[in-house]
Amino acid sequence: MNAVLLRSWLLGISLALAVAAPAASPPAAPALKAGVLSPVMPAPQLALDGTHGKPLDLSAYRGKVVLLAFGFSNCGEVCPITLATLAGARKKLADAGKDVQVVYVTVDPERDTAAQMKKYLASFDATFIGGVGTRAQIDAAQKSYGISSTKNRNPDGSYSIGHSSSIYMIDRAGGLRAVMPYGHTVDDFVHDLKILLRT
Amino acid sequence: MNRRAWGFVAALPPLVALGWAGFAPIELPTRDKLFEIPKGTYARRMAGDRVDILPSRITLTLGVDDVLLLRNLDEVPQQFGPTILMPGQSFRLPFERESENQFDCTAHTSGTMTVIVEAEPEWPWQKVRWRWRHWFQEG
Repeated sequence: MNAVLLRSWLLGISLALAVAAPAASPPAAPALKAGVLSPVMPAPQLALDGTHGKPLDLSAYRGKVVLLAFGFSNCGEVCPITLATLAGARKKLADAGKDVQVVYVTVDPERDTAAQMKKYLASFDATFIGGVGTRAQIDAAQKSYGISSTKNRNPDGSYSIGHSSSIYMIDRAGGLRAVMPYGHTVDDFVHDLKILLRT
Repeated sequence: MNRRAWGFVAALPPLVALGWAGFAPIELPTRDKLFEIPKGTYARRMAGDRVDILPSRITLTLGVDDVLLLRNLDEVPQQFGPTILMPGQSFRLPFERESENQFDCTAHTSGTMTVIVEAEPEWPWQKVRWRWRHWFQEG
């Protein structure tokens, strides 16, 4: 490489670095880690029975933040992780966790009775409330939130269910504010719940 | 001016440009990457139109444009992944990890939208590659 070319390379790189140096601060990060719906619309109501022995009425939880998810008690992978994460978030929020209500609706009404769901959910957090009902009621609930589920038959005759695994975040006013995709950590939920509990 | 000097002058601008592309921080006015479901999408589907309105694969880059912003301008609800977007509603979904995600999407003829999330470009050649794609491939 001759001297002129070398000098031009060095000068070019120096100029580029000089131009690049005064970097502005990076753009602000999004407020919530969950996906945010805007404008906020009322969360669809559920016509189901609750595992607490009453009809499951989401409007009864106005003033609290509701975390709504769908699953089933025989789920081997997704549901235990989701429920353990939500229980961990409530625990980490300490006193503020009292204003967080987890509602878990079954996608397996053939096997999930109210008693079965109650026992299952209590193994994670005794305050969790399950939603159960007939196949038609569950189908309607799934449709109103855009939940899909597919029954997969095993060779031994048993079955498992593949299902949407996001968690719906309903604010204190009953608005469907955000949707947290599956796979987020306890800290991510705590982060978002602190924001939702402030508003 | 002699030949060497002319060579020096000619080489300088592309070198500065290349150096800038490799070293300057990548900054966009917003980290949101907006996609709109236009009015009439459902009607077109019902009429048998198979033309894809939205890209079936979207690439996001962490730290640069890592927030998918989907806006439903159609007259009917549209489903995207875990949520139903009512007419006029938007869904702003941030990503924090490198990943490839498949979402059910009623605005696509295939019914699926793939969102690829790439790592933040840190090295000069990664920044050059990102800028090249951003300017010349994504328009």
